[in-house]
Amino acid sequence: MTGMNDVMDRSRGRIKSAAPPRRAVRRFTSDHALLGGVWLVLAAYPFVAPNDFLVSLGVLFFINLILIASLNTLMGFCGQISLSHGAFYGLGAYTSGILSVKLGVDPWIGVPAGMLVAALSALVIGLPALRLRGHYLAMATLGFNAILTVLFNELVGLTGGPNGLLGVAPFSIGGLDIATDDRVFWLVWACGGLVMLSILNLVKSRVGRALSALATSEIGADALGVNCFRYKLVVFVLTAAMAGLAGGLYVHYNQYASPETFGYFTSVMLVVMVALGGWGRYWGPLFGALLYTAVPEALRSLGDFELFLFGLCMILVLLFFPGGIAAAVSTLGNRLFGKKKAGGRA
Amino acid sequence: MSFLHIADLQRNFGGLRAVSDLTFSVARGEIKAVIGPNGAGKTTLFNLIAGVTPPSSGQITLDGARIDQLKPYQRVERGIARTFQNLQIFKDMTVLENVMVGRHARTRCDVLHGLFRTRAALREEEAIRDSAMQQLERLGLGHRADDRAGSLSFGECKVLEIARALAAEPKLLLLDEPTAGLPHAETERITDTIRALNAEGVTVLLVEHNMRMVMRLSHSILVLNYGRRIAEGPAEVVRRDPAVLEAYLGEEDDDA
Repeated sequence: MTGMNDVMDRSRGRIKSAAPPRRAVRRFTSDHALLGGVWLVLAAYPFVAPNDFLVSLGVLFFINLILIASLNTLMGFCGQISLSHGAFYGLGAYTSGILSVKLGVDPWIGVPAGMLVAALSALVIGLPALRLRGHYLAMATLGFNAILTVLFNELVGLTGGPNGLLGVAPFSIGGLDIATDDRVFWLVWACGGLVMLSILNLVKSRVGRALSALATSEIGADALGVNCFRYKLVVFVLTAAMAGLAGGLYVHYNQYASPETFGYFTSVMLVVMVALGGWGRYWGPLFGALLYTAVPEALRSLGDFELFLFGLCMILVLLFFPGGIAAAVSTLGNRLFGKKKAGGRA
Repeated sequence: MSFLHIADLQRNFGGLRAVSDLTFSVARGEIKAVIGPNGAGKTTLFNLIAGVTPPSSGQITLDGARIDQLKPYQRVERGIARTFQNLQIFKDMTVLENVMVGRHARTRCDVLHGLFRTRAALREEEAIRDSAMQQLERLGLGHRADDRAGSLSFGECKVLEIARALAAEPKLLLLDEPTAGLPHAETERITDTIRALNAEGVTVLLVEHNMRMVMRLSHSILVLNYGRRIAEGPAEVVRRDPAVLEAYLGEEDDDA
C-alpha cells in the first residue's frame, strides 16, 4: 500500500546493519508533500481556464473526486464493493436540498445533516450485510440504490419527483453567496483536499494497515486480532458520509437535483472509474475523476455510445493494466526516472 | 495446571463429525503436538480454538475463562495467536507491514486517530514498527523487511507467519504444520525457534507431520483419528501405543 514505505524507502540502498536506524514516524510524509503540491497546482486551474464552462467542469471534477476517492477507499483498501454510492450521493444532495427548500436551513448545517443521513443508512445496510464474508454488500447496496431511486422519484411532495428539486439555495459566507463557478471552485477544492488528506492519513495508519490486511485475507486479519466486521462497517459508513458530502456540495452548487443523477447508472460508473483510475491506488481517483468529468463532455455528441466506450475501456484496462491508470503512470515514471520498484503501491 | 482446557468438544459439518467428544488439556509452558492421519480433524481443532469455526458443542477454556463463544480477534486479545497451514500472508504489503499487523491486538489508536494522524498515533506507529522489526530480526528475516511479502520464498513465508503471530505477544501459540514442505536446514531452524519461544514461557500447540521433529520437540503428543482422541502422552508412550501404530505410525513408518 501507499504509505508506510516512505520511512523505509530512505534506508534503501544503505548497507543493512543488524539494527538499521529507523526514523521517527513523521506527521508529514513525502506523500503529504506530494498531495500539497498537487493541490497547489490544481489551485491554478481557475486562473488558466479560458472560460466559465471549463471552471464549472473543474467544480464537477472535485465533486467526482470525492465520490471516486471515497469509493476507492472502500473497494481498494477494504475490498468491499458498494453499488449504492450514487444513492449516498443522492441522500446527501436531497437531504440538504430539501432542508434548504422546505425549511430554509443553511447549507453549512444542511450538508453535515446530509452526510449524517448517508452515514446512518450505510450503517443500517452494513450491519447485516457486512457480517458475512463475500459480496453480500454489493447485493444489498444494489437493492438499496433501486429503492432510493424509487423514493427520489415518487416522494414528489418532498423531492419534486422526476421534475427535480428546484430552488436550492447556494452556500454563503457572511452574506456573500458562493454561487458562481469561480467561487464554488474554492469550496470544492478545499473539501476535495480535506477528503484526500483524511484518506491518506487513514491509509497510513494502524487502521489502514488492518484494512489492507483484511482486504487480502479476512481469516489472516482475524487471526491477528483485527475486528474485520467493525472496520468494514466503519469504513463503509465513513465513505457513505463522504459521498453525502459530495451530494451536498453538488446540490448547493447546481441549486437543483434530479433523480437520474443518483441512479444505479451513476453507482456503476463510479465503480468503473475506481477501476480505471487504479483500484486501491491512492492517486487512482484523481485519474478516475478526470476521466469521469472530461470524457462525457468530449463524447457528448455520441449519446449512448459513451457507455459503450467506457465499457470497452474498462475491459481493456482490466486486461492490460489491472492496476489502472495510476499503475500505468507509476510504471512509466519509474521507467523514466530509473527508480527501483518499491514494495508498496502508489 | 491446565492452561488450555478442551472439554467434550464437538464440531459437525453436515453429517461429518470433524471433531468428536474431544477432551484434553495443555499445561502452561508445555509444547504439545497434535498428530493424526489426514482428515483426523487437526486443522478443525485449530479453527475451533482460534475461533474461526464455532463449536457444535463443548467448551474451551483458556487460563480458567471460557473462550468458545468469543470472536477470533477477542481470542487474540486473550493471548492466542496462530499460523496457517495454507499461508495467509498479506502479499501486497511489505514483510515489515505484515508483522506490524500482528501488533494490532496490542495497540489502540483507532479510526479518528488515523484520520487526524494524531501525535498519539504517530508515537504508537513508531512503537509498532520497532517491535515488529525486532520480531523480524530475531527470526532472521530483518534483511527482507522492506520487500514485498509476495516475493518471499515458501520457507520465508512460514517464518513470517510465526513472526507475525509473535508480534501479538501470545501466551498460547498455535502452529499449523510450521515445517511442512521445508528443507531440513530450515526445519531445524524453526524447531530451534519454537524451543526458544517455549523457554520464554510461550505455550505451544502444534500440528505437524514431521515425526522426527514432533518426537524431539514436544513434551506430549495428542493423537487424533476421525476427530477422536486415540492416544495422549509423552512421545515414548505414544510411539508404542498399538492404536497409534495401527492408525498412523504403522502406515507412515517408511517416510517418518
